[in-house]
Amino acid sequence: MSTETLEAPVVETVKMNGLQAINAALSEAMEADPKVLVLGEDIADNEGGGVCGVTRGLSTKFGTSRVRSTPISEQAIMGAAIGVAMAGYKPVAEIMLMNFTTVAMDMIVNHAAKLRFMSGGQSQVPLVIRTMTGGGNQTAGQHADFYEAWFAHTAGIKVVIPWTPGDMKGLYLSAIQDPDPVIIIESVKTLFVPMDTPVNQGPIPLGKANVVVPGSDLTIVSYGQMMFTVMQAVEELAAAGVSVEVVDLRTISPWDKETVLASAEKTGRLLVVHEAGRNFGPGAEIAATAQEVLFGKLKAPVGRLGAPYCAVPFAKKLEDAYLVQPPEIVAEVKRLMAI
Amino acid sequence: MSETPTNRAIPDAATQVDIYRRMIRIERNDDLTRQQIRRGRITAPYYSARGQECIPSAISVLLNNDDKICTIYRGIHDMVAKDMPLRPLWAEICGRVDGTCKGKGGPMHLTHPETGVMVTTGIVGSSMPIANGFGWAALLDGTKQVTVAYFGDGASNIGAFHEALNLASVWKLPVIFVCQNNGFAEHTRYENGTSVDFIAKRAAGYGMPGYTVDGNDPLDVYAHAHAAIERARAGEGPTLLECKTFRFMGHVFGDNDAYMTKEEKAAAIEADPLPRFRQKLIDDGVASAEQLDELTAKIEAEVNDAIDYAVACEFPSDDELRRDVFAEEIPA
Repeated sequence: MSTETLEAPVVETVKMNGLQAINAALSEAMEADPKVLVLGEDIADNEGGGVCGVTRGLSTKFGTSRVRSTPISEQAIMGAAIGVAMAGYKPVAEIMLMNFTTVAMDMIVNHAAKLRFMSGGQSQVPLVIRTMTGGGNQTAGQHADFYEAWFAHTAGIKVVIPWTPGDMKGLYLSAIQDPDPVIIIESVKTLFVPMDTPVNQGPIPLGKANVVVPGSDLTIVSYGQMMFTVMQAVEELAAAGVSVEVVDLRTISPWDKETVLASAEKTGRLLVVHEAGRNFGPGAEIAATAQEVLFGKLKAPVGRLGAPYCAVPFAKKLEDAYLVQPPEIVAEVKRLMAI
Repeated sequence: MSETPTNRAIPDAATQVDIYRRMIRIERNDDLTRQQIRRGRITAPYYSARGQECIPSAISVLLNNDDKICTIYRGIHDMVAKDMPLRPLWAEICGRVDGTCKGKGGPMHLTHPETGVMVTTGIVGSSMPIANGFGWAALLDGTKQVTVAYFGDGASNIGAFHEALNLASVWKLPVIFVCQNNGFAEHTRYENGTSVDFIAKRAAGYGMPGYTVDGNDPLDVYAHAHAAIERARAGEGPTLLECKTFRFMGHVFGDNDAYMTKEEKAAAIEADPLPRFRQKLIDDGVASAEQLDELTAKIEAEVNDAIDYAVACEFPSDDELRRDVFAEEIPA
């Protein structure tokens, strides 16, 4: 990590939510590059500009040949996006909710992710898959799952889960220009919370984590809407005298080992918090890597918090129990700190 | 069942010979591939399309180099018909670094954009949704390019077929969906897996023309493909062509064909479209037996050269595992 003590330059900010940030990113990218296309269910203005309005205005501005509503046909959406990408375009294909990616898994896993490799580098699939998910909205087991581990486990596709609107815009701008397929998973909650966002936010490189809060006692790595939960817990912990360093992973694959391991080495303790199931989740990969590299240097075993081994439940009470809550994080940090 | 398209096109003499040339190129390539596998000179899973030669041959004479095809694991004949050079094709079948895909795709996954072979998929039905993307690109680019999606009868039962035909029709994409109906989905007989007696009927469900074609008659395939391609180039959208044929060698080379009756197989081989078309060309005075023999010898030499070239090529080095996963190389 940088040891520079230079003051960060003053950045002019504006309050913006994720919907606005992604819309701005898509609009800028389409304006700058006529090869950028958007397709998905209900995304054109005639159909409402997307289920949450992320693409509102784009078809009016750029025309329905570049911003196309599709039938409810996830395989057809992904197939068309793959083909048009191979033909030199840069499609952003929306699969409305992450659970619906299951319908298009063949296209994503067997084709988008593998065609470059299987063609010996002849085929490029510069495709962005947009999808949304997350608990807390009582949508239950078929509308709220985090399946980033599936895609992170598949060679050839990058996996991004942004938290702040600024990151969304910056990561979208990078993903659209990336020569390979990128899936961007939007946590529903992060789309609606206005946050300070740099005016003229530029691209943020994929694969780079963000140290959001510096600290000295323990490192928490998290991403997506779970960052809100982590930040609440960290405030409580600070009040209790525990200094937590918070790293927002931003890109799940390829993940920023350098930043995460440097932070864990510095603080001596690591806790991974994600919304996805704890079993075989991304936390397992991060924890295993940390113990391989930092064995003997950590003061406690690496902690992992994630969802229990069940589907996302409907009942509010059960859903609250399903999602990691701030008190669990506080308790886990205290356990790792042996306090 | 299918109406004949109006203005039924007939290939001229030179085009008929060109169709035959492509058929022979497929047959010689297929025969020698099986021979090399039998002899243990190469090891590869192989899905012979022997018997299906005239479908892609009669279509490919209508395609330009920049027209695209998306095909499937039983699709080497589609590539050979599209005039993919045989040296890199054979090197890929043999898993060599000089193969079209550096030996990373193999016989079920060849790619060769220079001749328009964009995707070869090992997943039944997956050629069709991707072909739509190339069709969309042609519309955006304002070219008259067409894309042919090849698939088998079994693929018409997977969701991707239905989703792709619907989207292509709604978006009026210049895609020709060509079903090479050889009567068997792997080991399952057509009627045990498919709800309609003719796959072409399914086109009606997607608002596009559909024709059942004699896939063993090059002139019938040519006429229907001609109409479909004209339609696509004119911006009128997709067509479904069901070309009825038979595969002589079973599902995967080496299987025992127990799911076929001896009689039907014998009858199909008896009706082999290749010698029949050859005889027709001679009878019609389109070409002489000597000319066709000369053509065959030339093609056989080309295939043998490609095989010798391929087996002499190097295997890819292990660091190829780190390349082409992404545009940038994966660190060691």
